Amino acid sequence: MKKRNGKIIFSEYTPGSGLKKAFELSRQDILFELKTSQLRGRGGAGFPIATKWMLTAAAKSDEKYLICNADEGEPGTFKDRVLLNEYPELVFEGMVTGGYVIGAKTGILYLRGEYSYLLSQLNDFLEGMRKQNLLGKNILGKGFDFDIHIFLGQGAYVCGEETALIESLEGHRGEARNRPPFPVTTGLFGKPTVVNNVETLATVPHILLKGGEWYARFGTEKSKGTKLVSISGDCENPGVYEVEWGITIRELLELAGAKNLKAVQVGGASGICIDESQFGRKLAYEDLATGGSIIIFNKERNMLDALENFMEFFVEESCGQCTPCRIGNVKLLEAVRQMKDGGIPESGMKKYFDLAETMKLASKCGLGQSSPNPFVSIVKNFREEIFHKTV
Amino acid sequence: MQLVEEIPAYGEIKEIVEKHGADRRNLLPILSDIRKEKKFVSPEAAQVVAHLLGIHPVEVNSVVSFYHFLNDTPKGKYVIRLCKNVSCMLNGKEEIKKEIEKKLGVRAGETTDDKLVTFEEINCFGLCDVGPAMMINEEVYTHVTPQKANELISEILARGK
Amino acid sequence: MEFEDKNRAPVSQKLHTVARPENPDEIGGLITVQINEKKLSVPMGTTILEACKQAGIHIPTLCHHEDLCIAGVCRVCVVEVEGMKTLQASCAFPITSPVKIKTTSPKVRLARKTVLDLLISEHYGECYSCVRNNNCELQTLAKEYGVDGYPYGHVTEPKYEVDDSTPAIVRDMNKCVNCLRCVRTCIDLQEVGVLGALYRGDKTKIGTFMDSPLNEVVCIYCGQCIDRCPTGALHANDPRDEIWNAIDDPTKHVIIQTAPSPRAAIGEEFGLPAGTSLTGEMNTALRKIGFDRVFDTNFAADLTIMEEGTELLYRLYKKLALGDDSVMLPQFTSCCPGWVKYVEHFYPELENNLSSAKSPQQMFGAVLKTFYAQLAGIDPKDIVTVAVMPCSAKKFECNRPEMNDSGFKDIDYGLTTRELAQMIKEAGIYLPEMPKSEFDDPFGDASGAGLIFGATGGVMEAALRTVLEMVTNEKIENIFENANITPVRGFEGIRYAEIPITKVGKPPELIAKLIPDFEWLKGVTLKVAVAHGTANAKKIVENIKAGGKFSECHFIEIMACPGGCLGGGGQPIPTNEEIRKKRAEAIYAEEQTLNVRKCHENPKIIKIYSEFLTEGPLSEKSHKLLHTHYVNRGKVMLN
Repeated sequence: MKKRNGKIIFSEYTPGSGLKKAFELSRQDILFELKTSQLRGRGGAGFPIATKWMLTAAAKSDEKYLICNADEGEPGTFKDRVLLNEYPELVFEGMVTGGYVIGAKTGILYLRGEYSYLLSQLNDFLEGMRKQNLLGKNILGKGFDFDIHIFLGQGAYVCGEETALIESLEGHRGEARNRPPFPVTTGLFGKPTVVNNVETLATVPHILLKGGEWYARFGTEKSKGTKLVSISGDCENPGVYEVEWGITIRELLELAGAKNLKAVQVGGASGICIDESQFGRKLAYEDLATGGSIIIFNKERNMLDALENFMEFFVEESCGQCTPCRIGNVKLLEAVRQMKDGGIPESGMKKYFDLAETMKLASKCGLGQSSPNPFVSIVKNFREEIFHKTV
Repeated sequence: MQLVEEIPAYGEIKEIVEKHGADRRNLLPILSDIRKEKKFVSPEAAQVVAHLLGIHPVEVNSVVSFYHFLNDTPKGKYVIRLCKNVSCMLNGKEEIKKEIEKKLGVRAGETTDDKLVTFEEINCFGLCDVGPAMMINEEVYTHVTPQKANELISEILARGK
Repeated sequence: MEFEDKNRAPVSQKLHTVARPENPDEIGGLITVQINEKKLSVPMGTTILEACKQAGIHIPTLCHHEDLCIAGVCRVCVVEVEGMKTLQASCAFPITSPVKIKTTSPKVRLARKTVLDLLISEHYGECYSCVRNNNCELQTLAKEYGVDGYPYGHVTEPKYEVDDSTPAIVRDMNKCVNCLRCVRTCIDLQEVGVLGALYRGDKTKIGTFMDSPLNEVVCIYCGQCIDRCPTGALHANDPRDEIWNAIDDPTKHVIIQTAPSPRAAIGEEFGLPAGTSLTGEMNTALRKIGFDRVFDTNFAADLTIMEEGTELLYRLYKKLALGDDSVMLPQFTSCCPGWVKYVEHFYPELENNLSSAKSPQQMFGAVLKTFYAQLAGIDPKDIVTVAVMPCSAKKFECNRPEMNDSGFKDIDYGLTTRELAQMIKEAGIYLPEMPKSEFDDPFGDASGAGLIFGATGGVMEAALRTVLEMVTNEKIENIFENANITPVRGFEGIRYAEIPITKVGKPPELIAKLIPDFEWLKGVTLKVAVAHGTANAKKIVENIKAGGKFSECHFIEIMACPGGCLGGGGQPIPTNEEIRKKRAEAIYAEEQTLNVRKCHENPKIIKIYSEFLTEGPLSEKSHKLLHTHYVNRGKVMLN
């Protein structure tokens, strides 16, 4: 039934096998395997999962939560949609395993409202797991209780930020919290909470089955294993691909069947845009770290149009609480529009780079810290086109 | 002055609130259900919810105005949502937008005079590989072309209220 | 701590999320911090901002306010923490492990300056035409960081309509910097819940329910939001022009009455330290400005105690002696118009617990346009009454339609302390250098009990002094040392006291017609409570509704503002815990110097009851002029 091919996540898998394996292991064993695998958070920030789980497992509390962050809202990103649609067993088994390790009884899948059409099939799937005793009371007779609820987002990109997501779960506006304290100690309802990306959790069952050492054989020195990339834009074969870390952009473009290219936006709207000269760069935490979105632009495209689109997105999706992000994005968008009219000479850009730097340094959460990325990279990498009108 | 209990929709809203539990943490699911049933979270509904949850009406309002899928003014029976982000833009969403606006006689963000259709451009809903993507209410459409959009709207208009 | 309960704030944003050990020294809870070149030890959980303060290092802030929970949104206070890629908001960063902090690195300076540039780019208006000119935190920061232009532009057109729908508070969102201080004040500190953040992204704005004007929502006009607004986005509705016009009109007899709290705070508007009383200086200044008479609201406070105290005794008599169960107890004080409106909106079922006595301001108004008009031989239509109050809700109160028992609008204008200071400045007067002078007769004398109305617990203390003397015929000094009823003083949010009545005497002649004897009170323990800040009021009322300990109280004083009137929404800005304490000290210190310290001993009170209100308190005449009724407003809006 599954048509996809991949070395790890998209490889053969018998539903339930990862979870059964998990319960054969002790919590320490699982943490050891994860540590050995060097699996890092796949949402983009790249925090080691073993550390996150260990911190939460160590936190003393009567209640803990494990949240799967399926608020995939980054423009150009759709890998979690594919995982939830086609591989729910991996995601949910990863969640149960996480709950088992950290000592949580409740798991929550925070599903973005835009994916509400997946809701009923996911609920059916959970029901099936309950029937097979893979979920609910006394899972697999191991004396561990854990259940998963699905919480539907209501349309806010910023809820992909873990503390904004938690606020949303508590019935508030999706406004990021001050950190520290971090969710691992003070999360949902003030309790220790793990928030993991869908892909991160979906990787866990495979690691448990085949071992952390096996997993760490894939990838590069600092980026182990594989990554799901969402490819869209100007290409023949858009879609989700499982690739090993270390793959070059050029190799990716070949996979996608992309020709006559000008630029690639790596990491979605909040990522960076590179020109042809950098297509030799690698997907890796040490080079192009990314949540896995690749948007391809051919030579016909005007990069300022793309940039305007990105900045419009952030202006709307900023939660609006902190100054740099609320106002900064507006100012960057205004600058883009002025540039389109040829209203700013290159020499006038310093204050906007200062602004971008301020946003990166002083914004309250990742949204404002990363939203200047496309601005800075497009203006810098396509300065000829923008300021000297060679197109 | 009226009591909260005397607000006409009190009973219905109370039922929805109680289904989820009268707790602040259930605010989003409650509001989402109200929106589904009533098409919008009216000021009256917001006050009932606030009262039952022990929070202030402005807090409900604050949450409703934050999330895209919650609205405090009525929308059309059909809400057409067209993705406006970059991948769908590269795949030609602009032409679809023009087609829809022409066909409905409204601009993005507006509702037709007969309150049948609301047209919105919204941010990415994760169908970048099969774009341009569009939603009509909960239904998802991919690889949309101007003609396809035109046909879909014709269907809606024919179905009417 | 004064306001411990910050439950409504998100968990992570509570003041001290990281538990502070009780005994830091014993368990090693002190953490070494290096700030720039300076090393110091702070208890675990101390914020970087607090640590910097201890180290004597200035950190600029905007969204931070001592009274409020943490927001961390303005990003002005950012500092560099070694090992962290991004800058951290010092107000929101609890220190839990040894850290090195830089407060003035190039990154920090760039970020602060840019953040200010951004805020200013969206801040509409010119400083010289702003009510907060020279007392604006944004202006101060701009100066501190050498803002010398508009690199990111500057709005030239207002975006929002100014909301001046109420006589009390004006909201001009064009000047708002989204610091959320007003929201936190309204929702967390006061728990009234009128203001919230609406919409998101660049559309984010502070608004009310459905973005309605203030007069259509449950605002109680306490004005605490004004006190905490860093800019001119919130200010009181200013009647200065009308007052100047009245002063300039030779046909008008313009009277000003001054409440106890403004005199203890107005010095701050002239650069004096908090806690400097300028009573005599203010009197002189007011005459110089051109007011025809300067009266002391404390006289009316004394009158209030006579009426309200008698009402309390009468309620107790009816309930305890006559067994009349229709009598509502506890009796709530009613001098605070914010509290009154709070009850009218949120607890209309307890309206009858409010004393029917008007506030001193309104009693005075009714007396001025009747008794005084008669005495002075002036047609009341030519009398203009102004009240200097520490309050924005008083402006609303004097505009309540029922407040015209004299046949005219009893009080024409409510003026805040800030606005009065402005008038004094406009008149070219430097207040601190004015010679002192007394209040005018016939209301020149007031008791100290009236003066302490300005502080939380003051009304209770004043009432107890009078009521206990009436009941026991014993000097209050014999019960409480120096007549200081300390159990009801202080700044704790809610205070409770029990006073056993062990002996009773004969009712004084003035009330003997109402209450023939006090035998029924013998052995009763009088239970009283005091609360300030509506969040505390709410706790008391909820406790009463649940049949808790406060439902057994006989008398409860409630003031809507933290600290009572001295912390009111019309007082000089800034107002914080330290300043409130200083103002209270000034009031209590002045009280000690007064000869008469009990309302019923005020000779002017004795006079008014012998010449004008001859039937005594609660008589028909006093009911007509000095008592009022309340409106069931409810909390449902938009119908």
